[in-house]
Amino acid sequence: MKRRDFLKNTAVFVSGVSASVAALEWLDPQKVLASRSDLRWGFLVDTHKCVGCGFCVKACKVENDIPVEANVTRTWVERYVIKKDGKVLMDSPKGALNGFTSEDIDQNQSGMKKVADEEIAQAFFVPKLCNHCDTPACVQVCPVGATYQAADGVVLVDRKWCIGCGYCIMGCPYGVRFFHPIENVADKCTFCYHRISIGGGNTACAQACPFGARQIGNLRDPNDPVTKVVMNQRVGVLRDEYGTKPQVFYLGLNKEVH
Amino acid sequence: MVEQVAQMVVHGEAWTVKDLFVLPNEYVYWSIQIVMYPYMTGLVAGAFVLSSLYHVFGVEKLKQIARFALVFSFALLPVAMLPLLLHLMQPFRGIHVLMTPHFTSAISAFGIVFMTYACIVGAEIWFVYREFIVDSIHRLKGLPSLSVFGRLLLLVYKVISLGATDTSREALESDHKAVKFLAGLGIPVACFLHGYAGFIFGSVKANALWMTPLMPVIFICSAIVSGIALCIISYYIFMEMRKWAAKRGKNILLPDAMAHGSSAVDYEHLRSVQDHEVKMTSRYLLIFMTLAITLELLDMIFRGYTAVKSWDALRMVIYEHDFVKIFIMQYAIGNALPFILLLIPGVTVRRAALASILVLFGVLMMRWNVVIGGQAFSLTFNGFMHYQLPIIPHNFETFKEGLGGAMLVIATPFVLFYFLNMIFPAFMESKEH
Repeated sequence: MKRRDFLKNTAVFVSGVSASVAALEWLDPQKVLASRSDLRWGFLVDTHKCVGCGFCVKACKVENDIPVEANVTRTWVERYVIKKDGKVLMDSPKGALNGFTSEDIDQNQSGMKKVADEEIAQAFFVPKLCNHCDTPACVQVCPVGATYQAADGVVLVDRKWCIGCGYCIMGCPYGVRFFHPIENVADKCTFCYHRISIGGGNTACAQACPFGARQIGNLRDPNDPVTKVVMNQRVGVLRDEYGTKPQVFYLGLNKEVH
Repeated sequence: MVEQVAQMVVHGEAWTVKDLFVLPNEYVYWSIQIVMYPYMTGLVAGAFVLSSLYHVFGVEKLKQIARFALVFSFALLPVAMLPLLLHLMQPFRGIHVLMTPHFTSAISAFGIVFMTYACIVGAEIWFVYREFIVDSIHRLKGLPSLSVFGRLLLLVYKVISLGATDTSREALESDHKAVKFLAGLGIPVACFLHGYAGFIFGSVKANALWMTPLMPVIFICSAIVSGIALCIISYYIFMEMRKWAAKRGKNILLPDAMAHGSSAVDYEHLRSVQDHEVKMTSRYLLIFMTLAITLELLDMIFRGYTAVKSWDALRMVIYEHDFVKIFIMQYAIGNALPFILLLIPGVTVRRAALASILVLFGVLMMRWNVVIGGQAFSLTFNGFMHYQLPIIPHNFETFKEGLGGAMLVIATPFVLFYFLNMIFPAFMESKEH
């Protein structure tokens, strides 16, 4: 083969290969084959309905094998007490595992704070859980790809591959991640993936809620009750300034809630 | 009843004290080892930059300390990785970062950047010491009888010589060229290695204190400052030890003399070399310090002036909770005081060494204030977390994430340097160059 031919053939070969490989980049087979145009899990929290009983927290811990007494939790409930003078007090003792049994506000090191009833302008509860963001910061920062987003939008952790560096915990703007005290890897809410992915399942927290404050739904299904609320009512999301596009929607979200 | 179940301590709980409203899962997850990580990486990068000042820019006055800085940088290198490994919850899986790097993560490229840098430093040392390695092989072979230690040393030299035994003029000439090239290449890579450590923090958008594009630059400047300071102080201490040992013939403190005979170590000569090198180096320290302090203050002023939502919480941390750590320990003792010490005319070796110790302390406090300070407030900005360094460990976790673990990380490079010094005598003075 002449040198000229060799160079020519090489050029043709290289450009041909790069064009076809580039196609793989444009149409990532993983995404094309696994994308679900019919399913995107989302969550709706109606704060008006929450009474802070903590059943959801307990149910979640039992369902997902998080040691009940450990001071970490996949979901929790916050109490907000807004005083007439504008001051806001918040607490979530043990993530509201046992509900809110005292009227005093737990301020950790600063002790329990008493607020007289007549000083209170309004008080309410806000349940929190993983937002299963569309552009999750935790997935972006995981150095080994142990945290990933499933085709139906749920963000999961591979317990066998997580190295436990804690970067995802630092990267999450919502503080939903923690180290599992027994597994020693990053852990978080999975929307009870083992339940919902078999079809017709409900999350443990939503099932345990006596007032229907929590609902999971398919945001791609226009007839889903959750989708209907998200489309037709004024819902809010937490901390959208981080650009994570959270998929847990709140009814009755106050400006005090971050 | 659930209340009766024994309390289970989760990671971070042992050293975190929460105040006001903090989310249930929030703890100081990144503790002392993550303070040590940028600190040690910074020392590696800084030591290397110091050595390059001579090799690349031909700052003749730094000739002696340059060689020392290079070998010391190599001894520090494995220790830059140690704190990361110690802080992992699954340390045996650390290798996954190299096996399945997830390139959207700032940490994932660490292995690649680190390895590249290690190769450059390793190669540079090889070229600098190649002639010495070949000479040593000849010298050891020429000895009538060899001890076990001598045989081991000969074996090590034979292996690391890689069979390149040519010490002709042309070969040595090309060695010098290679050193210059590698040192030149090493500067941007060293800066990248450390700037990148800054990026790991600066890119965490969820953290109001960390998220600033200035972070990598601040990290690089403070890295060079701390690296130079460590070289000055170590050079000072080692030279003191060598002077002391040379006077009394205590070869145990002179690993190079142990390996290669004590003829090269002369007391008077050591004194003049130490004096000259330490004073020169402290000038460079002053230049880089000015740059580092300027950037850090710029960052703080900018935050206060723009006063975005997070500023209320940050102000509480900076001006109240961490006031002593930031303004007294970092800025006053760690920056202003050594700055004055170095500026007063007629700097002596001792004064330069004292200033260097203060600078090292100041940079350590800066790392502490960034890493721990960044976790001192809740994501909600409505509560605070205080970090209590575990001093007396009661299990392995509180050892490795406590004072013991930090001491281990600090001590390791010196142990490594001792042994490395037998193979690559860092205080050796070259004959013709």
